[in-house]
Amino acid sequence: MTPGAPAIPFRAGAPSSNETPAMTDQAIAKPAVRTRVSASRLGALSHHAAGWLLAAPLALVLAVFLVLPIVMIVIVSFWGATEFSIYPDFQWDNYRFLFGSDVTYRVFLNTFKYAAITWAFTLLIGFTVAYFLAFHVRTLGWQVALFLLCTIPFWTSNIIRMISWIPFLGRNGLANSTLISWGVIDEPLEWLLFSDFSVILAFVHLYTLFMVVPIFNTMMRIDRSLIEAASDAGASGWQTLWHVVIPLTKPGIMIGTIFVVTLVMGDFITVRFMSGSQSANVGRLISNDIGLLQYPSASATAVILLITVLMVIGILLRFVDIRKEL
Amino acid sequence: MDPRPRSFYILAAVFVLFLIFLYGPTLTIAILSFQGPQGGLTFPMRGVSLHWFSDLFEEQAVGDIWGSFRRSFALGLLVMVTTVVVSVMGGLAFRKRFAGSTVLFYLIVTSLVIPSILISLGVGLIFSQVGLKVHWATSGFGAQLTWTLPFGLLIMFAVFNRFDRAYEEAARDLGASPWQTVRHVVLPIIAPSLIGVALFGFTLSYDEFARTLLTAGSYNTLPLEIFGMTTNVTTPVIFALGTLTTVFSFAVIGVFFLVLWLSGRRRARQGTDAGKGMV
Repeated sequence: MTPGAPAIPFRAGAPSSNETPAMTDQAIAKPAVRTRVSASRLGALSHHAAGWLLAAPLALVLAVFLVLPIVMIVIVSFWGATEFSIYPDFQWDNYRFLFGSDVTYRVFLNTFKYAAITWAFTLLIGFTVAYFLAFHVRTLGWQVALFLLCTIPFWTSNIIRMISWIPFLGRNGLANSTLISWGVIDEPLEWLLFSDFSVILAFVHLYTLFMVVPIFNTMMRIDRSLIEAASDAGASGWQTLWHVVIPLTKPGIMIGTIFVVTLVMGDFITVRFMSGSQSANVGRLISNDIGLLQYPSASATAVILLITVLMVIGILLRFVDIRKEL
Repeated sequence: MDPRPRSFYILAAVFVLFLIFLYGPTLTIAILSFQGPQGGLTFPMRGVSLHWFSDLFEEQAVGDIWGSFRRSFALGLLVMVTTVVVSVMGGLAFRKRFAGSTVLFYLIVTSLVIPSILISLGVGLIFSQVGLKVHWATSGFGAQLTWTLPFGLLIMFAVFNRFDRAYEEAARDLGASPWQTVRHVVLPIIAPSLIGVALFGFTLSYDEFARTLLTAGSYNTLPLEIFGMTTNVTTPVIFALGTLTTVFSFAVIGVFFLVLWLSGRRRARQGTDAGKGMV
């Protein structure tokens, strides 16, 4: 392969047996594609048309169920509400109320706190697990098997996975009774369930695999000869990890970060369930307003939440080109 | 092979702990769902019985869970098929740049990162303002697609990034029409990934909660029903339900992997000897 060519994209994912020939073929095929694309303008138009036709169902779904809802929420955030109904209007009251109340700031701060703590734990655990799988498990078969073992819970119900912490963390749960029988504590710990602790525990439990998957994927593309070169040049294990593996894993870390941060910031159900309705984040603020049929104020909060999330994503995307990483 | 370094054993221990953390709670409720009739939500076990499983079949104990299961299953299949078809078309479209493709790409990313409750709220508001009734098969279906499609498309992007175009060139050189090339060359090659997309489509829909919350209407899907139970059911019957639906999820995942494995074997058997040097 030429040194200038993108070095990575063909390793991980579906492991194909004919990797090397595929790469050379692709390199040869490229110029041919290019001449075809730059054909006539009519050809260019028809190739746009083919793209549009193929993308039409996708565009339609996203227009109706993503763009329109966002537009609708923005519109309704300026509406007024009585106790029973909402009416069209153009007023800033919802926003004024939102920014005038210090509950808002506390709740946003709490949301960031959950996101930051969960991010730190999921990154630490996710990186360690992915590192083990990618660099210490030696055969591809075992790597795939253990990787799948880590991802299977993703395809099961989040609600059930939250519920399943109750017998563990409850007042008479496994954790408390074990600690008491060991003599570590005399009284059951009250903060295990329905607290910030249990909220973050559940977040870490639910979302760590969103870190494991992209980090593992990036690690599998790292050229192993780089690791060897580092050790030949006299780097210790830690130095290799810090100066070679971590920098090369950054794209995966960023993608995992995007997943975890947005999932935690947009969550309302985990916080409600695991805190026993005692803690709040922005999602719960919105869902409470919805419960009270105060759609305009729910919409205003939702708009601010969306802007916040998109700003965070915008910042994170500066560090990684998603399209290149797939 | 070199002897394993000490770090291997430490990391292996961490990995095992992680798996226990991942699966432990689910196993716990699986055990507790076999509580005796007098048992509660935590240990100790007061006898072993199928009492709570049999409760699941009594309407008054748990409400309409079988109806909600049927709805979730039907919706899951609907979302699965749609996700596969739309993702493949979208994946094919994105192989070449077309006017608006960048905007569409960022919409896909937005669809993935947008807080689910916004979709729920927005779709609910639109339906109520237009005067349509929200229903799981219309508004719920669309809202779930905004969650499953980004995953399907990301998989397709990854697949087509690795796709060797020489196969298509060859088909074209042999006189295949564009449709024939897709039907007889591209689709068979990407078929295993489509099984993956289908798995995502079905399971993400089957377990989806937040985006369905305000868009399912008066007939609940299973996750909504289960969440409703958490607020008013205080017996192990909820563990029994949790165990059953997790077993069902595992079965579904198992079926997908079985299909994947079988299709891999069929390919190996039916593959021609082309390129193997046999004349």
